[in-house]
Amino acid sequence: MKPDTTNVASEPRLAVLDYGIGNLRSAQKALEYLGAEAQLTADPDVIEQADGVVLPGVGAFGASIEALHRTGLFEAAIEVAERQQPFLGICVGMQMMYEGSDESPETVGLGLLPGRVTWLSESVKRPQMQWNQLSCTDHQLVKGLDGEWVYFVHSLSPDSSDPQVMENAIATANYGGTVVAASASKTQPIYATQFHPEKSAKSGLALLANFIDSCRQEHANSEV
Amino acid sequence: MQVVRVIPCLDVADGRVVKGVNFVDLRDAGDPVELAAVYNEQGADELVFLDIGATHEGRDTTVAMAAAVAEQVFIPFTIGGGIRSVDDARKLLRAGADKVSINSAAVARPELVTEIAEEFGSQCCVVAIDGRRSPGATDSGYEVFVAGGRTGTGQDVVGWASRVAELGAGEILLTSMDRDGTGDGFDHAMTQAVTDVVNVPVIASGGVGSVADLAGGVVKGGADAVLAATIFHFGHASVADAKTALQSAGLTVRPG
Repeated sequence: MKPDTTNVASEPRLAVLDYGIGNLRSAQKALEYLGAEAQLTADPDVIEQADGVVLPGVGAFGASIEALHRTGLFEAAIEVAERQQPFLGICVGMQMMYEGSDESPETVGLGLLPGRVTWLSESVKRPQMQWNQLSCTDHQLVKGLDGEWVYFVHSLSPDSSDPQVMENAIATANYGGTVVAASASKTQPIYATQFHPEKSAKSGLALLANFIDSCRQEHANSEV
Repeated sequence: MQVVRVIPCLDVADGRVVKGVNFVDLRDAGDPVELAAVYNEQGADELVFLDIGATHEGRDTTVAMAAAVAEQVFIPFTIGGGIRSVDDARKLLRAGADKVSINSAAVARPELVTEIAEEFGSQCCVVAIDGRRSPGATDSGYEVFVAGGRTGTGQDVVGWASRVAELGAGEILLTSMDRDGTGDGFDHAMTQAVTDVVNVPVIASGGVGSVADLAGGVVKGGADAVLAATIFHFGHASVADAKTALQSAGLTVRPG
């Protein structure tokens, strides 16, 4: 059941940004389960050395951005993007990668992906707290996930009426309209999922394995 | 699209699953990690672990159990039982639980709901409500009970449900103490009385005797998710069987 981890020395080293709120450990544990080395950290040196970086998240947008500032990780996240390190945002981590959110209109997001985060349709129960089915493009991050089911807990999502947002969408689900389930920048290794891959059983582990593959390539390049 | 969640519930004490779980092929029927893995394989959408032990030492073991489950099983899980403070909740969430469920402690001190919701987000704050029919005792005719259904509080189930939703509960786990253990099916009327007034997800619980009983919680009660224990633990039915039954009733589920 457990993947072979005997070659762990050659596995990529991932930094999971620890900004001190919520259940950040599940993402770390899922990455470790897949054989990666994953460290919960707020240390800029550890982050800079990492082959890939994960920004997990639960809770509110405003409080989470505030916590990023408090721990020095807002700047660190911008630098991760500037250094072109593979970067994965999860749930509120995804939302923080956008320019802002209607949940806290005054708060400025990381702006690593164009567009804003808006409330889910009023016609459906909020939060969406359930498994839902993905429609995917052929992007590497969502390889093998078309038609698969993943677990969502959220009340807002990137604005699917904004063409800029949809240009980066690589997976969608249907919940009172189109929900952007995963995004990827066209120009940088910046990825994001609205669902929780660390809580989506086999499908979620498959996505994290795809992300680890991107990091592995980065790792191989850096060793050359 | 509403997708109904199927949630097996496991009773634990001192970090061990108790109350006769009976799968033939388990090495250790008391191992929460192994059982969680079995239910994950069957397609369980979430798991609830209810700590029925009473000691402080036992609570620490529950934290360790949450960590062990979170290392091996990658679906959402909730831990309930004995959580009295933000600190109790923090320990479990940091260990890897996705949600905590509070019951008597919320009745004793309703602000706890808000405190947990503000600290960790509503999505991880479940309030469990044990209700019984008490005609005349409350407006709706359903009364909140605590202490495992032994002690009446005089509070109205429907009023309490809408109050905890306002206080910040992200989900309500509604158990009929009249039906619990009977196998007679959910109390649809009580479930509907609650789902009519709250906007947060409601999990129907108490009384499932066969997989055919599950759909009623959603179709008649308006619940978002269904919880059962006995039918799954004794191998009468698998989670996959439960989902087939829900699909036959015209509901959407994540295939197992």
